[in-house]
Amino acid sequence: MAYGEKVLDHYENPRNVGKMDVNDSFVGTGMVGAPACGDVMRLQIRVNDDGVIEDAKFKTYGCGSAIASSSLLTEWVKGKTLDEAAAIKNSDIVEELALPPVKIHCSVLAEDAIKAAIADLKSKAGTGSAANKASAG
Amino acid sequence: MQLPIYLDYSATTPVDPRVAEKMSECLTQEGNFGNAASRSHPYGWRAEEAIENARAQVAELINADPREIVWTSGATESDNLAIKGAAHFYHKKGKHIITSTIEHKAVLDTCRQLEREGYDITYLAPGEHGLTDPAVVEAAIREDTILVSIMHANNEIGVINDIAAIGKITRARKIIFHSDGAQSTGKIPVDMSSLNVDLYSMSAHKMYGPKGMGALYVSRKPRVRIEAQMHGGGHERGMRSGTLATHQIVGFGEAARIAQETMTEENKRLIGLRQKLWDGVSDMEEVYLNGHAEQRLPGSLNVSFNFVEGESLIMALKDLAISSGSACTSASLEPSYVLRALGRTDELAHSSLRFSFGRYTTEEHIDTAITQLRMAVEKLRDLSPLWDMFKDGVDLDSVKWAAH
Repeated sequence: MAYGEKVLDHYENPRNVGKMDVNDSFVGTGMVGAPACGDVMRLQIRVNDDGVIEDAKFKTYGCGSAIASSSLLTEWVKGKTLDEAAAIKNSDIVEELALPPVKIHCSVLAEDAIKAAIADLKSKAGTGSAANKASAG
Repeated sequence: MQLPIYLDYSATTPVDPRVAEKMSECLTQEGNFGNAASRSHPYGWRAEEAIENARAQVAELINADPREIVWTSGATESDNLAIKGAAHFYHKKGKHIITSTIEHKAVLDTCRQLEREGYDITYLAPGEHGLTDPAVVEAAIREDTILVSIMHANNEIGVINDIAAIGKITRARKIIFHSDGAQSTGKIPVDMSSLNVDLYSMSAHKMYGPKGMGALYVSRKPRVRIEAQMHGGGHERGMRSGTLATHQIVGFGEAARIAQETMTEENKRLIGLRQKLWDGVSDMEEVYLNGHAEQRLPGSLNVSFNFVEGESLIMALKDLAISSGSACTSASLEPSYVLRALGRTDELAHSSLRFSFGRYTTEEHIDTAITQLRMAVEKLRDLSPLWDMFKDGVDLDSVKWAAH
C-alpha cells in the first residue's frame, strides 16, 4: 500500500512521543483501541493553570496511519483549550493526512483518544474546569 | 545490491533466466509456436513434443508417470479441479469432505462452494505447531467421507505436513486424498510413490517458472477419476480442455528440471540462511517463531515481534520486500487466520512477518535484513504503549480493551 507524504513524514519523524505521569492531576490520559484490532493509542495532555494544553505526548501500536494520526493530533492540540481540542474532528485528520478510506478508522481512533484524554482530565478535576483543578491542587 | 531486497519467495519467485530462454523459444514464427493439438503438420508435432518433454520433467520431479500430469493455469485451478472434480465424480458415495482451517483460500473457498452445493465439510484445526495430526484426520472420517484435502507445506508459516501418514489412512479406506503442493513442489523432495496422494496441486511460479502455469497430479494406480471443470476440446484426457500454452508448459518443465538438479545443495544453503536469520533476531525479547521449528520449508520463516504491529513494521522495513502473512490476504486488516488457528493471540498474529527466500538470496541480504529488523523493532517498540505496559509488568490480558 502506498502511503501519503504526510503520513510518511509523521511515521518517520513522529512528534511528541512519550509518556506522562497518569496520576498527575494536570495530566489527562486517553487510551483507546485494542490489541486484537491491531491498534492501541495512548494520548496524553497536560494543561496549565489556565486550562490550556501546554504539552501532549503519544504512543501508538498500530499501522503507519495510526501512528501518523496520533502524532499529528499531539501537534494540533498544543496551545488549544480543552473545548477547542474537543472540537477536532476525525475528518480534519483524514484531510490533512490524505488517508484512504481503509485507514479512516485510524483518524476515528485519534479523535476518540483526545476525547478520552479530556474526559480523564475532567474527571480528575471533579467539577470539570482546569482552573478549578488548579486552585484545588 | 538491488533494493528492496526480495524476501517474499513464498508469494512468487522470479523466473530463472534459463526458464525464460526456453519459454521465449516457443512464441514467435521462428520458434515453436504451433498448437499441440494440430495433428496434420510438423508445427503441431513439434509443440506436442516439447509439451510431452516438459510433462516428463515435471513427472520426474515428483516421481510420477507423465500420464498422471494434467496441465492447468496454476495451483488455484488445480485445487478447484481436484476438489470439485472429485466431489462431483464421487458424490454418489457420499458428500463428506475433510480439510483443515489453514489451507490456502483456493482450497477453503472451493470447499465453501461445495457446502453451498450440499456437501458437508469438516474443517480440522491444526496443532500448535501448525501441523495437521494424521490421527485427527482419521478420527474425522465418516462412512460418507469421499475426500480429504490437506496441504503439503503451508504458505504462511512454511510447516510441512506428514502427508504420507495421512495418505496411508485415506488409502486404507479408499478415500480420495488431495494435497495442495504449491509451496512444496520443487522445494522439497516430493515422491508420489511413497506419499499415498491421489491428487496433488502444483504451481510453476513458486519454483522459478512462469505465473499462470500449474499442474494437477491425478493418480493412475489406484485410478482416480475427476469430473472436468473446463469443457471443450477434450485436452488433457478430457480433464482440462483448452489449447496448451506451449511456452508456459516448457517453462514449467525447465523449472522442474533445474529444481531437481539443484535441490539437495540448495536446501542446505537455504537452511543455513534461515538459521542465520533466526539467530539474528531471536535474542531480542518477545520474539516468537510461528510453526514447527524443524518440520518446515528450508527458505521460510514466520516470526512474531510482540507489541509491534506488522503493517507498521513492514513500513519501517522499506528496504525489505516482505509480507505479513500471505499475499492473498494482506489487503485485509484481519490478522492472519493461519496464526489465529495456531492459537496465537491477536497481538502476536498482528505482529507477524513472513520471510521467504530462495535461489537469489545471499548471506549479505540476510545480514542487511537482520540489521534493519533490529532497528525497526526497537524504534516501533519505543512508540508502542503495549511495550510500555509490558515493561511495567501490566498483564495485557487483564486490561479491558474497547474493541472497535
